[in-house]
Amino acid sequence: MPNTKFSPSIDSRPTYAGLVSQGAAPGIMVADAAGADALVDLASADSSVMDRAHVLLVGAAADTVSRIEALHPKALHGAPDLEAATPLVKRLLSAARMGTTLYLAGSEGLMGHVAALATAEGLPLEAIQMEHRGTVARRMQCVHCKGITEDVTTDPFTCSHCGLTLFVRDHFSRRLGAFQGVCVDAETPGVVPDAQEIRA
Amino acid sequence: MTMQFNDETFRGDYTFRNSAAAIRRFPFPFDRDGYMYSVNIEQHPGGPAGSPFEFAFDVDEHYVAEMKDREITLADDPMRCQSLPHMELAGWDLLELIMVSKARDYPELFKLNRDGNAWHWINRPLGIDKTFTFLDPTTLPCGPMEYITRQAQGDFALLHEREGNLWLDAGMVTSQADWSLDFDVGMNFFEWHAPVPKARKMGVFDKALKFLLAVTQEQSYRRLNWTMTVNPRLDTSPENYHKWGPEKRSITPANVGAKQFLRVELQTFWRLPRSNALAFPIRCYLCNLEDIATQPKWGRRLHRVLRDIDPDLAEYKGFAVNHEVIVDYLAQFDDGAETSPGIFPD
Amino acid sequence: MSKLALKVTEIEALSPLVKRFRFEDPAGAPLPVFSGGAHITVEMPDGDTIRRNSYSLISDPHDGSGYEIAVRREDRGRGGSRYMHTRVNEGDAITVSSPANLFQLDLRARKHVLIAGGIGITPFLSQLRQLGIAQKPYELHYAARSRDEAAGLRLLPDAAHIHVHISDEGARMDLGAILDGQPLGTHVYTCGPEGLISAVADQAARLGWPKTAVHSEAFTAPPPGEPFEVVVKSSGRTVQVKADQSLLEALEAAQVEIDYSCRGGACGRCRTHVIACDGRILHNDHWLSEAERAEQKTIMPCMSRFKGARLELDL
Repeated sequence: MPNTKFSPSIDSRPTYAGLVSQGAAPGIMVADAAGADALVDLASADSSVMDRAHVLLVGAAADTVSRIEALHPKALHGAPDLEAATPLVKRLLSAARMGTTLYLAGSEGLMGHVAALATAEGLPLEAIQMEHRGTVARRMQCVHCKGITEDVTTDPFTCSHCGLTLFVRDHFSRRLGAFQGVCVDAETPGVVPDAQEIRA
Repeated sequence: MTMQFNDETFRGDYTFRNSAAAIRRFPFPFDRDGYMYSVNIEQHPGGPAGSPFEFAFDVDEHYVAEMKDREITLADDPMRCQSLPHMELAGWDLLELIMVSKARDYPELFKLNRDGNAWHWINRPLGIDKTFTFLDPTTLPCGPMEYITRQAQGDFALLHEREGNLWLDAGMVTSQADWSLDFDVGMNFFEWHAPVPKARKMGVFDKALKFLLAVTQEQSYRRLNWTMTVNPRLDTSPENYHKWGPEKRSITPANVGAKQFLRVELQTFWRLPRSNALAFPIRCYLCNLEDIATQPKWGRRLHRVLRDIDPDLAEYKGFAVNHEVIVDYLAQFDDGAETSPGIFPD
Repeated sequence: MSKLALKVTEIEALSPLVKRFRFEDPAGAPLPVFSGGAHITVEMPDGDTIRRNSYSLISDPHDGSGYEIAVRREDRGRGGSRYMHTRVNEGDAITVSSPANLFQLDLRARKHVLIAGGIGITPFLSQLRQLGIAQKPYELHYAARSRDEAAGLRLLPDAAHIHVHISDEGARMDLGAILDGQPLGTHVYTCGPEGLISAVADQAARLGWPKTAVHSEAFTAPPPGEPFEVVVKSSGRTVQVKADQSLLEALEAAQVEIDYSCRGGACGRCRTHVIACDGRILHNDHWLSEAERAEQKTIMPCMSRFKGARLELDL
C-alpha cells in the first residue's frame, strides 16, 4: 500500500508528499505499524538513509520491529503508544543539529502530533517529511473544551472529554497537530445526522 | 464635549443600544446595491469628522461596556488571548501604537507621558493610572499585547512576516465572526483563511497577501467586512457555539427588526516599527435592522444586497437559515428608488 | 511616499572608502524607530534628475534621535555613492524615505548566524543591536580583503561571538566549519557580494539546511551602462536613459508615475509589464525568476537596463 491519496480539500488540510531519502545525513524516523512499511520502502530505495537514522516505532509488533532491525539503522527504539514515545522524541530533537531530517510515516494522528512537537523544538517545517499509511482515523481537537480525541473514524463523533457531538472539519492546526471538531447540533440541540465513516 | 459611555450588555439580557448619533456614524459596508468579495482597501486613518474612520482607533459610546464584555470572556477562557514567544516585541509595538494614538486623538480620555522608557498611562474611562517601563514585561500585569487590548475595542491579530507569507502568531480574539484563535494561531495567511468559500479560487487572498506584504510603516490602510449576528452578541466564537447557536433559530417576522444585527468589521492594517510585524485590528460594530432602516438609503440598499446575495456566502456568513425572514422584513423599506453612491447616509 | 526632510549632522570617514553619515530632524523631533536590517532611500538631487539609493540603517533601531548609514564609494557606479562622498556636507538638508525592511531577522530562531562580506556588514550593525536588546544568541562572521576594506570594524563591539576574517592576513572564512553542527532552529543571514551569498547557500544546502533558514540580501546599487531609450505606453513618449541613470530614475525624471521601495531589485514593487521588446533586457534584479527573465515580459526598472531596437513599457 503506497502513500494514501486524499481528496482535494482546503489549504489548511495537510497533504503528504511521501518520504524521499536525504542520504546518509542525520535522521529521526517515527512510524507506527503501518508506517513501518514506508520506512522499508525508503531504505530499499536508498539503504544509506539508515546509516545515521534513529528509528522510533510506535505500537509495532515484534515482526515489524525485526523487519526494521534488518535495515540496520543507527539506533532503533520502541514505544507502546504516542504518549510513551513523546519524551524520547523530545530527547532526540533536543540533541539534533541543523541538517537533520525528520521522517514520519503512518497515521495522521502520529504525524500531526510528532510534527507539532518537532516544530516547537525549532525544527524547520521543511525538514519534516511525511507519508501517510494505514488508517485514515483523525486526531481531533474539540473547539469547545479543547480536549483531543484520538483515532476518530466517524463524522460526527463524540468528544471523549466533554461529550458533545462534533462534526469533522478539514481545517487542520499544525501547532496542535489536530483537525477541528465543532458541535454538530449547536443550533438545534439533539438533531444529529447519521454518523458516516471518514474517508480519504 | 465629553463622551458618554453606555451601561449595557452583550450577552444575557442584551441591553446593548445604539444612540441616534451612533446609528448615523455606523460604518455601513455597502457602497453599491450588490455585494461580492473585493479587496476594497482605503488609506487609514482619515474620513469625515465624527465617522469611525477619522482616528486610528475609534472610541465610541460602547467602549466601557465592550471592555467589560472582553473581561468576562477572558475570565471564562484565557486562551482567547495568545502570543507565540517571538511576538512579544510586536506586542510592545502595538501597545505604543494604541497608547500614542489614543492620547493624541482623545486627549480628554487618555494621557501618555513618556520619559525615555519610563511611561505613565492614564485611561480615564476605565479608571487606569499606570506607570511602567516600556519593553520590560515585568512592569505590566500581563504581556504588552494583552495589556493594551484589554483597553481597546475590537479583536487584534499580530502577523509575523517570513518566507513571503504572514503568520498569525499572536492575537486577542473575543468578538470574532466564528473563528478560533486557539486553533488558528501559528497558521499562515492561506491556512487561516482556508475555510472561506470561493475567495481562494478568485485569487482574493493572493492579492490581499501581496498588498499586505507591501504595507510600510508610513501608511496604514483599512477595509470593511461584514456578517450577520442574532442579538448584539460580541462573543460569537466557535468555542461557545453550542451556547449561542440556539439563539440563531429564534428569529421570527415579529422580532427580526430588533434581534437581527448587521455586524461590520472595520479592519485596519499597520506595519509595526520594531518587530516589522503587521497589526491587524478587527473592530466590530453592531446595528440592528430597524436602526439601519432609519436611514432610508441603507434600508433600500441592504434589502437589495441581501436579496441578491450568493447562497454560498449566506451559508458561510451563517445567516442562510434566516435569509428569507430578513429579506421579507427589509422589503418594506425598499420603494425601488435609486440610491446614491458611497456608504454614508444621505 | 511620505518623506522625511532631515539634516546631515555628522560625517565620519570609517575607512579610505567608507563614510558614515548621521541624519537628524532639523527641529530635533524623534524619527520613526525601525527593525534590524531596515533601509532608507536617500535622495540626491543632481541637475534635472533625482538619484535615489537605498542604504541599510546601521544605528540603534530603537533610537529615534537620528538615522545612520555607511556608504562605500564606488567610482565605477552611476554616481550615487560619489555624490554622497563629495557633495554632501555636515549641515546640509537631505531627504530620505521612512524605513522599510526586506532583510529582517526571523525572531523565532533559536540562534542567528550572521555572515558579512565587505560593506555587507551594514544591515547587521542594526541587527546586532536588536539581538543585543533581545538577548538572543548569535554569532557574526565578518570577512574582508583587508583592514582598510573592513570599515565596520570601528562600529563592532569586541566580543567573543564576533569573528573577523581578513583574507590579506590569511584568515579566510571557512563556511563549512561555521555552519556545521549548529543547533536546531538556527537561521543564517548573508549580506555581501553575490559570490559569498551563493557560497553560503550552497554550503547550507550541502549540510541539509532548509532554504527557509537561509536568508540573504545583496547590497547592490543600480549599475551604470550604455544609454538606451524606452517608450511609455500611456503617453507614447520616448524616454532617454543616460549611462549614469537607472531606468527608474529616468522615468521619474520624465514624470512617469511608478511605484518603488528598495531600488535594489529585491522588493518587487517597481515590477513593470513589457509591451514590446525588440532586443535584450539586461536583468540585474534579484526578484524575477530565471523563467521570467527569459520571457522578457517583465522588467524591474530600478536595476535593469536594455540593449536593442525598441522597448515599450506598460506605464
